[in-house]
Amino acid sequence: MKRLLTFAASAIALSSAIAAAPASAQDFVIVNATLALGDGSEPIEDGVVMVEGGKVTYAGPTSGVTSFETDEVVDAGDAWVTPGLFATVTTLGLWDVGAVSQSNDQRAGGSPFSAALNTAPIVNPSSQHILVHRAAGITRAATSTRPSGSIFAGQGAIIDLDSDANPIMRERAFQMVSLGEGGARLAGGSRASAHVLFRAALREAQALSSANRGTPQTTEITIDDEVLLGRFDAEALVPVVNGTQPLYVAVERASDIRSVLALREDFPRLDMVLVGAGEGWLVADAIAAAGVPVIADALDDLPESFEVLAATQSNIGRMKRAGVTVAISANSGTNPRNMPQAAGNLVALGRIPGAAGLSWGEAFAAISSVPAAISGYEGEAGVLAPGAIGDVVMWDGDPLEVGSVPTRVFIGGVEQSLESHQSRLRERYRDLDESTLPKAYDW
Amino acid sequence: MAQVWRFSLRGKSRGAAFGALASTLVLAACATTGSANGSSSASSQADSDAPQFAAMAPEDGPFPSTYSRYPGRPTALVGATVFDGAGGRIDGGTVLFRDGEVVAVGGSDLSTDGYDVIDASGKFVTPGIIDIHSHLGDYPTPSVDAHNDGNEATSPTTPEVWAEHSVWPQDPGFSRAMANGGITSLQILPGSANLMGGRTVTLKNVPSRTVQGMKFPGAPYGFKMACGENPKRVYGGRGRAPSTRMGNFAYNRQTWFDAIDYANNEDADRNLAMETLVGVLEGDILVHNHCYRADEMALVMDMAKEAGYRVTAFHHAVEAYKIGDLLRENDVCSAIWADWYGFKMEAYDGILENAALLQQAGACVVIHSDSEADIQRLNQEAAKAQAAGQRMGIELSDADVISWITLNAAKAMGIDEMTGSLEPGKMADVVLWNGDPLSVYSRPERVWIDGALLYNSMDRSRRPVSDFELGQPGEGDVK
Repeated sequence: MKRLLTFAASAIALSSAIAAAPASAQDFVIVNATLALGDGSEPIEDGVVMVEGGKVTYAGPTSGVTSFETDEVVDAGDAWVTPGLFATVTTLGLWDVGAVSQSNDQRAGGSPFSAALNTAPIVNPSSQHILVHRAAGITRAATSTRPSGSIFAGQGAIIDLDSDANPIMRERAFQMVSLGEGGARLAGGSRASAHVLFRAALREAQALSSANRGTPQTTEITIDDEVLLGRFDAEALVPVVNGTQPLYVAVERASDIRSVLALREDFPRLDMVLVGAGEGWLVADAIAAAGVPVIADALDDLPESFEVLAATQSNIGRMKRAGVTVAISANSGTNPRNMPQAAGNLVALGRIPGAAGLSWGEAFAAISSVPAAISGYEGEAGVLAPGAIGDVVMWDGDPLEVGSVPTRVFIGGVEQSLESHQSRLRERYRDLDESTLPKAYDW
Repeated sequence: MAQVWRFSLRGKSRGAAFGALASTLVLAACATTGSANGSSSASSQADSDAPQFAAMAPEDGPFPSTYSRYPGRPTALVGATVFDGAGGRIDGGTVLFRDGEVVAVGGSDLSTDGYDVIDASGKFVTPGIIDIHSHLGDYPTPSVDAHNDGNEATSPTTPEVWAEHSVWPQDPGFSRAMANGGITSLQILPGSANLMGGRTVTLKNVPSRTVQGMKFPGAPYGFKMACGENPKRVYGGRGRAPSTRMGNFAYNRQTWFDAIDYANNEDADRNLAMETLVGVLEGDILVHNHCYRADEMALVMDMAKEAGYRVTAFHHAVEAYKIGDLLRENDVCSAIWADWYGFKMEAYDGILENAALLQQAGACVVIHSDSEADIQRLNQEAAKAQAAGQRMGIELSDADVISWITLNAAKAMGIDEMTGSLEPGKMADVVLWNGDPLSVYSRPERVWIDGALLYNSMDRSRRPVSDFELGQPGEGDVK
């Protein structure tokens, strides 16, 4: 039953309703929030978020609200409230234990398929990593297999991290290809081979997609028993060459980035996103001019390889200043749940002379609305604005601060459990008392 | 402390302290080295009964540290929030250091006459941060195959190898650890492919042309051991022992028994591997044991009792929280990450509350990195672990949390008499932070090592650049 409220102090008195966690979508209004909209703006004091039918209907200052009808009013008590975080590019839902190969579907190096691989059917919404990352405030993610047998990783999916049975928002959402050192190794040992393989693959796709749909020149490209490109892969690249499916290009070195940007001379409809771009700051103007967005690690500052000799934590800040759209990669840090830490570090960087950081609002956007927009959900995810999906997270502190965690997480307007294997272990080992029974009975 | 073994070691006697060189021994070492090189003047002075050729004795400390502190100004940091590393906190504090040493730590009443005064109001001061688990130098960047010098993965037990012989002092990671992480001392370990990986080396994080120029004077050696998945995977995968956890233990135990026999055998030929193991049995070399699972750590502690050595610290120890009581009773530290989990089976039960639960149990906590990235943010990792504990109601003061990455690490590395806390007479290893070090928004503003200013975020000329980075894109950048 809805309650019609005139927005006033009396609304706060009804906040006792927060005790009952809803099992399904219900309308709610959060008041007295320190509100980050996710759109790059700075936080708002005394913010209000209204969610109705699983969608945001209002997010902004209290002054913008007159009256509302809702099921539940939550008094945030000045706590931080944000949109759900958007993680890209991840492998969430594709593995249980990294080193347990039977549980790990991230790579398919022995497969005869590459570009044709489709992530959507193999995402496991019950994976502990989904549970752990949901509890860390990540509500949506791009997830994909990784380049392994060939330079093409396959077709990634956009997923939600809620607890229902269907994690897929969009399947075949993007293709990924590696054209740096990694791609060179996969293509036979040289970037030269990777580029030829890439162009050959796209020409096959063009042949398949042209109006007078012809036969591909080659049916298969192999090295010994390794299939680098097969018919199914070529078919999977048709939407890439047509520009209807984004192509995420993993590339780091400045000169490699230039070569990738030049691919549009031959394949003008490519809808590219750069992934990595560790030396992006050296070619930031060219990236900006090309209008190609970037998903970059935030904190890489070491010459881990010869393709990132110029790595610096100022990479993202400098690209941003040049006008590049940049999301912070979910790989910044050990787990995607460390994205806020990466973002916070870029805020800290702004105080170091000679460094380029981000403002708080920019940093938060780089883990919410920007990756959502790159993933095709501009204005829908990673942002609190009318019409956006009702992904709302309440925090116990500044969400970019290392000690902060969500206290409540709503995905599509549905409140989520924050429990996981880890939280259960924490409760079991809160003490080490086995005076009456072994720990195995403590559950 | 566990049982102490004392052996009569004629022919293999050991000095009382590692790295402490009596000048006469240095001369003797020069003489014997000279004879080995066929140089006549030294050998002519030798006793005629002495062998014609002789290496330096182990207690003479081969590969000695050549580090000496760089010049520094007498410095007073005034008005800061000071975490002394030993659990103390002073608001509006003053820290004085000169001639490489901390002179005084106190309030605003301390006289700063004769010191360069730095207004540190609104800022924070801690001891230099210490990473007890690093592979900088032995797995340096760029991470190319030619740089894989951390695992002598050719035998399950290689106590004979020393990490210092793999350390590349030009690893750019050292300077990042200083500039972004305030790291002033660190222990470099061999990897975990082997049950017994070799000796560790403790370094001052000072740029140097040689590893000897970084070696922490007077620091004891450590000994890297590893249990669990890695050794059995590496060797089992080659169809040889050990291929199981029980194989790991059998192999280790037999090796310890061999070391005991060696120690008891006055006539044994010198054996580098055995010398290191005997150093452990004598308590001069500290055991740092990579181990994830609680049940395995309990077994390792019993193995140590059986063989008569002591485990100083378990490293990684993602399940240490399950046996905080045992770790406390055995006085073994846990050097851990804040939040790594799930990357392999034995890391499946990692939880954010590990450090806090250990502290609650009265066991020793050290936060470590094992990463060229996380070593730049040990302060943030400690803060994560603190917050997780506080959420479950465990009280953890900021000052205690800072000790996880300073004095506790120093204790477990055997250098706590020299560094790890801001106390008069200790090395002036000091970090001035531009804000609360337990906040993501703070960075080191300046870093002093033995009183020498080696990093200043406000001054490009105090930014180390390794040889590798010269002439490369981004040379001298803020990083």
